[in-house]
Amino acid sequence: MTKLIDFQTDPSKYRHWRVEYDGPVANLIMDVDENAGLFDGYQLKLNSYDLGVDIELADVVQRMRFEHPEVKVVVMKSGKEKVFCAGANIRMLGGAAHSHKVNFCKFTNETRNTFEAAEADSGQKYVAAVKGACAGGGYELALACNHIMLTDDSASSVALPEVPLLAVLPGTGGLTRVTDKRKVRRDRADIFCTIEEGVRGKRAQDWRLVDEVISNAKFDAAVEERAKEFAAASTKADVEKGIELTPLQREIGADGSVTYSLVEVAVDRDARTATITLHGPEEDAPADMAAFTEQGAQAYMLRLARELDDAFLHLRLNEMELGLLVLRTQGDPEKFLAHEALLLNNADHWLANEVLHYWKRILKRVDVTSRSMVALVEHGSCFAGILAELLFSVDRSYMMEDEFEGDNRPLATVTLSEANFGRMPMGNDLTRLETRFLGEPESVEKAKAAIGEALEAEDADELGLVTEILDDIDWEDEIRIFMEERASFSPDAMTGMEANLRFAGPETMETRIFGRLTAWQNWIFNRPNAVGAEGALQRYGTGVRGKYNMERV
Amino acid sequence: MLDLINVSYDTQIPNNVGLSSDKKVLKALEKWHPGYINWWNDLIPQKFQESMVYLRTAVSVDPKGWAKFDYVKMPEYRWGVLLAPQVDGRTIPCGEHKGQPAWQEVPGEYRNLMKRLIVIQGDTEPGSVEQQRFLGLTAPSLYDMRNLFQVNVEEGRHLWAMVYLLQKYFGRDGREEADDMLRRSSGSEEAPRMLGAFNEETPDWLSFFMFTYFTDRDGKMQLESLAQSGFDPLSRTCRFMLTEEAHHMFVGETGVGRTIERTCQVMNENGITDPYDTNKIRDLGVIDLPTIQKKLNLHYTLSLDLFGQEVSTNAANAFNAGIKGRYQENRIDDDHMLTNDTYVVWDMVDGQAVQREVPALTAINMRLRDDYTRDAAGGVGRWNKIIAKAGIEFELKLPHESFNRKIGVFAGHNFDPDGKVVSGAEYDAGLPKWLPTHADGDFIQSLMKPVTEPGKYAGWINPPKVGIDNKPGDFEYVKLHMA
Repeated sequence: MTKLIDFQTDPSKYRHWRVEYDGPVANLIMDVDENAGLFDGYQLKLNSYDLGVDIELADVVQRMRFEHPEVKVVVMKSGKEKVFCAGANIRMLGGAAHSHKVNFCKFTNETRNTFEAAEADSGQKYVAAVKGACAGGGYELALACNHIMLTDDSASSVALPEVPLLAVLPGTGGLTRVTDKRKVRRDRADIFCTIEEGVRGKRAQDWRLVDEVISNAKFDAAVEERAKEFAAASTKADVEKGIELTPLQREIGADGSVTYSLVEVAVDRDARTATITLHGPEEDAPADMAAFTEQGAQAYMLRLARELDDAFLHLRLNEMELGLLVLRTQGDPEKFLAHEALLLNNADHWLANEVLHYWKRILKRVDVTSRSMVALVEHGSCFAGILAELLFSVDRSYMMEDEFEGDNRPLATVTLSEANFGRMPMGNDLTRLETRFLGEPESVEKAKAAIGEALEAEDADELGLVTEILDDIDWEDEIRIFMEERASFSPDAMTGMEANLRFAGPETMETRIFGRLTAWQNWIFNRPNAVGAEGALQRYGTGVRGKYNMERV
Repeated sequence: MLDLINVSYDTQIPNNVGLSSDKKVLKALEKWHPGYINWWNDLIPQKFQESMVYLRTAVSVDPKGWAKFDYVKMPEYRWGVLLAPQVDGRTIPCGEHKGQPAWQEVPGEYRNLMKRLIVIQGDTEPGSVEQQRFLGLTAPSLYDMRNLFQVNVEEGRHLWAMVYLLQKYFGRDGREEADDMLRRSSGSEEAPRMLGAFNEETPDWLSFFMFTYFTDRDGKMQLESLAQSGFDPLSRTCRFMLTEEAHHMFVGETGVGRTIERTCQVMNENGITDPYDTNKIRDLGVIDLPTIQKKLNLHYTLSLDLFGQEVSTNAANAFNAGIKGRYQENRIDDDHMLTNDTYVVWDMVDGQAVQREVPALTAINMRLRDDYTRDAAGGVGRWNKIIAKAGIEFELKLPHESFNRKIGVFAGHNFDPDGKVVSGAEYDAGLPKWLPTHADGDFIQSLMKPVTEPGKYAGWINPPKVGIDNKPGDFEYVKLHMA
């Protein structure tokens, strides 16, 4: 799979989804074009999906918030008869490299989380209207909606058949949402997850696998009515008009470098390293939200977010061997904080709210990226507010101390803002600083007292905001040695270690979903019982069953 | 009327499975049986419920017992649970367990797959009764009416057979599935039957004959493949069902044949030689041969859809698990495991139909469909002999399998009945020549006038050569209840 996967799309390019807008209600219709898979070698039959289908869904969900803020209820349904969605395409999974599968699952998980949180974050409630077979990833799509309606035609069912059929686990939070979100009793969940055909009708409702079971003849009307009720009950403020998410400016160089208007990705293949540089704003912050809205997708805070988001997705799926990501910033921290302040001070404005939540999601995306990450706080950098949050997301951070010979950029500083103390929670529902200082909550308070101060190296170190501070004499060598050492470790051990260390503290459904993904799913997807020549996933479709090594590990 | 509270199951339900001593199944049947009787009573128009019908009842599986003829009211028909005799030392005939002793109990690992196959098979049985529920009102003779009811009660019995298996071997899930068989209903918006062909109306008697010839033949092929099952009770059940299914196809083949015969006869009597002289032929109150061809096109292609996708994982799984075999598996000369075999299937490449080899295991559906087509061609040949004997230049033929398909690789493409790809405009223009139009339906419907006098037949169909149970021509097959 060497084809470049592009995460940028727009409605004119959709092959698999369509949206019908009807005032506060939008119907989101999945109608997968079976001949439009991202790669060759499989057909997307029965509304099964691959990464391409999910990229479109992510785009729909994103545009729903920015371009269609008038929408309060999104009804997800199928454009095909007799099937809602058959889940991830098995032949695609069977043919895909392990790394692709895991990153595919991760991206789909992030998209599920995004529309699941859309109700709390933006007042957009997703409702699944399930007619026909709803299996595996199909049920996981429904599970991430906040209301599930199932038709009672004595054939339509919801199912998680991964274990009996494929010897793998549901990859987008299915097991976790069944117990944590739907709160299905564990023994019933056990039954549910081991029967291929799933559960239908009244039992599906009794077991809380769905919210409502409705007679087939009344189903469409009931869905429409429920959507209207939810829309009427919504507390989301009416917004007349959204902004357009215009195409990103992006150039990909022959050497793999990527250049956006505010983000640059430089690639050093020998060192298996990508350096991501974020540029601070040149222009002053817009005077008010009206001016911001006028700028739309060109507004600095939104443009930077979109570019950074795309850069991470690109690196994850297209640059698997760049194991170390170096994060840098350059720019005026005060100016950045002025842009940020406009959003924070107007957080109840719909667009400010969307942009802030978008930043929250991007930072979470950084948190779960399975690459070693380091931030370099250099002179001339602007790690302030939301950008400072990156320092607490990466595995280590190094900061320049005092003046460097021949370097006339402003001295390196770190500036905290309100954004570091609650607006940008991690998956574990704590702020990154709370997670960082799990054993010393007083350090969070001390840091909070320093809001707005441009902290130079010694102060930042004192407050525990960076890993190490290095002066002119040590900087180059220490950084080089760290990078060389990091690049030499087993990438698997790194992925496991980092995922363990990044999420200290309490578990949430979200951390459980990603944690189980990186641990159990990673392991099972690598075992011969699933992916060996005689494993269930490889043999699926041949009629011959998987042959299992029956030893319990 | 049947006493539903004190059913003596060994007398009311002829069976060779020890029903009255099987507490588990009895308990399940006692709950299911009233629902079944309600279903039946709601379905068949009242006057036929009360009528005495000369029916064949199977009371045991030996040659003497499987065809007892007598007058009976349909709701009092004795639906039996009868399994073909157990064959000593029977082994699993195919797949990865080939050669192991046949299962007498359901193996846990295949429970769901097996249950699904039985449910799909079972769902078709009441489905066809529902589709045919009003045909009694327009029967062209008492003989035909009796045949319709015979087919209906036997489909009912086949439902019993499948329900017995579900209740006996599949625990609570099986009981729920059995209940759902009565909940789903043909053409229902609420809960339709599982397969498309069983949600289509059977609006007239020619459709009924075509249905019993073509669609029941699909049923026969499915039963043939389940009769090869390594799960012995399923195999034995299906083997016995096949003895009855033969009669359904007989009804279809002779029904179409008698219709053709009558048309040819009337054409000859009136000196019409051109089979396409439709108006003239229709004015004489018989169905023209081109319309019969259109009906054939429709029912054959709908039935092909019942075989599912040409390349099918489920079918492959079922074969490899030994849950179902191929048509006449024991007569096929190969390893019965299909380890390295291939089979030719149709596929669409760049808008053209092409044939390609795929692993035979995945082409189980396609193979069964090919066997079906060969099987179905026989009767068409016999119909053509009737036409030829009458000296009329016309030949019925099975359309190409790509025509009018809704399932499988040909779905969504425009083919003519010869299997040629045509443009959308050509397809639209051709359809009235290829498939029955509403106007054709109106005409056939206009002929559907009931004839209830013993020994008399509607003008569009000839009497049979031999009566049922060798009864004479004027035998009163149905003593109609006159309310």
